[in-house]
Amino acid sequence: MAGYLLEPLEFGFMQRGLIAAVLVAIACGILGSFVVLKGLAFIGDGLAHASFGGVALAFVLGANVYLGAFIFAMGTALGIGAISRRGRIRFDTAIGVLFSGTFAFGILVISRVEAYTVDLFGYLFGDVLSITAGDLWTIGILGALVLLVVFAFYRQLLFVAFDPTVAAASGLPAGALNYLLLGLLGVTIVTSIQAVGIVMVVALLVTPAATAYLITRRFHHMILASCAIGSLSAVLGIYLSYYAAAASGASIILVATAIFLVTLAVTGRVRKAASIPGPSH
Amino acid sequence: MDDSAFSVRNLSVAYNGRRALEGVTLEVARGSMVGVIGPNGGGKSTLVKALLGLVPYEAGEVEILGRKPRRRVRRLVGYVPQREEVDWNFPVSVFDVVMMGRVPALGLLRQPSRRDRELVTGALETVGMADHAEARIGELSGGQQQRVFLARALAQEAEILLLDEPVSGVDALAQHEIFDLLRRLQDRGKTVLVTTHDLTCVTERFNAALLLNRRVVAYGPPDEVFTPELLNAAYGSHLRIIDVGGRTVAIEEG
Repeated sequence: MAGYLLEPLEFGFMQRGLIAAVLVAIACGILGSFVVLKGLAFIGDGLAHASFGGVALAFVLGANVYLGAFIFAMGTALGIGAISRRGRIRFDTAIGVLFSGTFAFGILVISRVEAYTVDLFGYLFGDVLSITAGDLWTIGILGALVLLVVFAFYRQLLFVAFDPTVAAASGLPAGALNYLLLGLLGVTIVTSIQAVGIVMVVALLVTPAATAYLITRRFHHMILASCAIGSLSAVLGIYLSYYAAAASGASIILVATAIFLVTLAVTGRVRKAASIPGPSH
Repeated sequence: MDDSAFSVRNLSVAYNGRRALEGVTLEVARGSMVGVIGPNGGGKSTLVKALLGLVPYEAGEVEILGRKPRRRVRRLVGYVPQREEVDWNFPVSVFDVVMMGRVPALGLLRQPSRRDRELVTGALETVGMADHAEARIGELSGGQQQRVFLARALAQEAEILLLDEPVSGVDALAQHEIFDLLRRLQDRGKTVLVTTHDLTCVTERFNAALLLNRRVVAYGPPDEVFTPELLNAAYGSHLRIIDVGGRTVAIEEG
């Protein structure tokens, strides 16, 4: 048994992959808790797809792909806000229009430079085992940034997430805090794209947090549980991909999905057995 | 210090493309308890939001405790929103919610001090919810949730309390408890402003009634404001005064 666990660790790419995946799972666990409670899954998915335009452009120009991804994700977030603010176009419609537009731009760019397509597939579907030492530094620094900012603004972010009207009324800068949350979401997504892929980032944001929501009663417990479940999924998923010779991003997401479904079934059964009444009015 | 809690001069507010308040002028004395009555869409909630600085003014001005409503002054105004504005499935405990009242004063990175915790505990005791500090907010009844939100406003050290329809969807006993609680807070020197449909309650326990339909139709002691003429002027022909278990309630028809 120990042999099965230790053998893959002899490879540098496995060590880097495991560390990167756990770092990403922690950042996603924190932001994902906000995403699940605020119903931001669609915008998260949108920002991830939009970042592909930046990844492709930066790749072709030989620039930093993380920077390119972040600029495109944030540009799209601001664009969504600007288009929907006037009220003529709904928020989710603006997301749909802009993210598919920027994603299509990325596809157009890579279709012109066929030689790179294989590498770029790693960004689309995730290839945590090809992460370099340089990537690992980037992921570590961005992850630490997310952790520090959420820690510094935790109470403010929680207040605005739970009750935005009263938060604003009591003098908190609710608008600025919402933009901060969106910015953190952008950084987290950019950090995660190489580990699980643009197409599946939203799952790493939403699935562990949704599982944590089922088993916790307070927000900071939800965040901790979400990080733990995400990290467990990442480690199990990477081992699964090693022994099954399967894609690492997809393996991580499938483990997370399985944990969610089991938790849903078990907590549903427990609730039924105890016949807990719903919230009274 | 000035003895007016709110001083509103010629306030006009457009909300969702419609003039919701027009030329509202109002003085709310410190330590008074004002009930705001009027038809739906008559600007009750908009007035509350305008007093809180949550909606922009088209014209006019508002002073809170004799000062311009800047961020620091707004901390002196506690707000209990309508129940629909809050996500009750959020995983937060009663204690967490009341501690939110301390957040504007905490600033960044400062952990709650002993004094912050004492304010939270004291506020929970005042509203009679100290035994429920560990409960998840969604597990409480509607009346209990309102009392927790009131405790949050008290933990914020608000001098003025604004409550938007605090008793809608709350059973009769809980309504009495909330209004009794507001009376006790008034006795402690707080200024209280409540939007409601319950005329009897305003007549029995409030110093002043504000009859509002975009403009101020009448403002003064409840006995003088709740006359058939003035109520008809505020509600037009849609008013129906009904008796529910010995209480007079104004509802709209149509």
